[in-house]
Amino acid sequence: MTDLDTFRKEARSWLEANCPPEMRQPVKGDDDVCWGGRNWVFSSPAQKQWLDVMAAKGWTVPDWPEAYGGGGLSAEQTKALRQEMAKLNCRSPLNSFGIWMLGPALLKFGTEEQKLHYLPQIARGEIRWCQGYSEPGSGSDLVSLQTFGEDKGDHWVVNGQKIWTSYADKADWIFCLVRTNKEDKYQGISFLLFDMTTPGVTTKPILLISGASPFCETFFDNVAVPKHQIVGELNRGWDVAKYLLGHEREMISGMGGDGGMASLGSFYADVLNDNPVLRAEMAMFEVENLAFRAHSERFMDEWKTGRAHPAYSNLMKYVGTELNKKRHEIVMAAGGSDALEWESARTNGGTRPRAWLRTKANSIEGGTSEVMLNVVSKRILEMPGA
Amino acid sequence: MGLYHTEDQAMLKDSVAPFLAENGSIKQLRSLRDSNDATGFARDLWSQFAEMGLNGILIPEAEGGLGLGHVEAGIVLEEIGRNLTQSPFLSTAVAAVEALKSASADIRGQWFPKIAGGEAVIGLALEEGKKHNPAATALKAERSGNGFKLSGTKTFVVHGHVADLLLVSARTAGAAGEEAGITLFAVPRDAAGLTAEADRLVDSSLSARVTLDGVQVDADAVIGEVDAGWAPLTALLNAGRLGASAELVGVGTGAMDMTFDYIKQRKQFGKVIGEFQALQHRAAHLYGEMEGARSIVLKAQQMLDDGDPRGEMFVSAAKAKAAKSTNLAVREGVQMHGGMGMTDAYDIGLYMKRDRALNEVFGDLYFHADKLAKMNGY
Repeated sequence: MTDLDTFRKEARSWLEANCPPEMRQPVKGDDDVCWGGRNWVFSSPAQKQWLDVMAAKGWTVPDWPEAYGGGGLSAEQTKALRQEMAKLNCRSPLNSFGIWMLGPALLKFGTEEQKLHYLPQIARGEIRWCQGYSEPGSGSDLVSLQTFGEDKGDHWVVNGQKIWTSYADKADWIFCLVRTNKEDKYQGISFLLFDMTTPGVTTKPILLISGASPFCETFFDNVAVPKHQIVGELNRGWDVAKYLLGHEREMISGMGGDGGMASLGSFYADVLNDNPVLRAEMAMFEVENLAFRAHSERFMDEWKTGRAHPAYSNLMKYVGTELNKKRHEIVMAAGGSDALEWESARTNGGTRPRAWLRTKANSIEGGTSEVMLNVVSKRILEMPGA
Repeated sequence: MGLYHTEDQAMLKDSVAPFLAENGSIKQLRSLRDSNDATGFARDLWSQFAEMGLNGILIPEAEGGLGLGHVEAGIVLEEIGRNLTQSPFLSTAVAAVEALKSASADIRGQWFPKIAGGEAVIGLALEEGKKHNPAATALKAERSGNGFKLSGTKTFVVHGHVADLLLVSARTAGAAGEEAGITLFAVPRDAAGLTAEADRLVDSSLSARVTLDGVQVDADAVIGEVDAGWAPLTALLNAGRLGASAELVGVGTGAMDMTFDYIKQRKQFGKVIGEFQALQHRAAHLYGEMEGARSIVLKAQQMLDDGDPRGEMFVSAAKAKAAKSTNLAVREGVQMHGGMGMTDAYDIGLYMKRDRALNEVFGDLYFHADKLAKMNGY
């Protein structure tokens, strides 16, 4: 038996012993997904227990170093752990922008003091983070951002507005791109961290076509940010932001939308067999879905072992989000008029059409499909031109 | 195990790729075509394959082969695809070998050394209509003397006219359309009553229509069990379909690379046309499609090598995705080459022709998407 086999076996028995049965049921609603943070209300004692034991084991962030609250696992061990969790239907103990986005940036650019302070809080789900990137006039052209931090000696005073800040109204802290030099477009942005309860920070949820408000407008009115809360060098925040966007795209593509390798069509056999053209569409989708799952697995394996092109996550983000939109289009077609119901109890309040509409943001948030294609074309395919 | 090539596999690629670029190039394809060659492939190259050990890639080591797997066979096939090499490798060294693993020790002992040594070519006589449908086998095999008498016709037998041995699917029980009742036979091409007429196909390959007119074979010509030929046939088809998928990835990648090189050089409106976003986005999309195909093909190869029960389903997904992506690559290739893409002098059109033929081999996109749907219960 190889070391990896031994690890896999031990991980499996540990999970069997420590994952509460309730945490091995499929996720039914938003409350079943734990985001942690100061104001998080656990939907059940099992949800809290699952987070606590996993955090204690370092397995909310299995591949982070143990000193920062991680499990210190290798890429292969991390993959094996995820596979064992999937086999046992274990829910993710903690969903977090801190884990997916800020953490990797801190690991690369943070000072030792910052790592020791912020990373364990993230690993334990104590602080919920949000991301302050886009502004009303700076979407795809993010680097044109205007939010300004005025130098006041030992701190900056930040003024400006962010938009599409995911869950800003629920977050405890924000990692935020702030202009600290108006003369230099790229080398005039700094990457700052601050508490959302700092005086001058206000948030306003944005109502989306799905009827939900996962995004906010976030306003900064003379917000004081101490100088030690900068990540990376002054005016070099764009480097951190780019690195972090890579991880965001990796995360979005890694999720690749809903469903995994399971057959989507098998749930709709009756309607498909009565509608041969829809059946054909579904069959083609299943081909694409299996191809994407393999693509995703290959990307993760190559990424973690340093084989992937540094810009490859842009491709995965494009492919994964377009596929997820396609999935929900087909689900809506297969659902017929039932899938139009917006409020009824039997549709759990219109879960399906709301989810369908939500997916339309997939190919906009975190970099639009069009920007992803630009990046792939220029950086991977090395097409000419600016 | 990661979803990427191991060091050994990468080394195999590093030796096969330059070898085929040198010895099995598009120049050779053109020369075979333009000289109206009657064999359909270069015999010299087939012997060189044997010298490199490649023909025995899937034959067990104990029986004189390399004992490698579908990932390795796929590496060779991808290079065959990229160079548009005309070769019996897919039918003989990949698909036929997988079926012959179920044959008697006598047949294996007779044919494995010849395959590995480059002395035998094996034709696959499985199709009877114009679309792939192995269960539709109607060609009759009736008990006669110590063995069987075979009567009927087969289509799309690539290299069938020069093959030394044909693997023939025949109906020994049941009705056309049923998987049960099919028996797989090993029939020497020089058997009395067997005729093979070759036609040149759109991709310049030679493919035969084979007629069996009361061909008598011994009982030991049966591969596997009588009436249960579906099992060795499935092994053959899994290997053949996946091998064709790997070859398609090579064809698509070759066409794509050639096209990207072209749009980085061709100038119009005072600019290299690769600067135009209209082409850049299509190029990036195509790259993603080919990368998806490459990934599912590798996944299915690893699954077959591991004996994963989902292997057959992933083989169908791989063939469908490779067919779809490569078809996009050759269509975009011709379009982005503009008028040059329509000329015989440019190679991109040859990629389009090869893609068309490979799409049909062992079932096209629609066949495999339909199979996937059926396997998922709809």
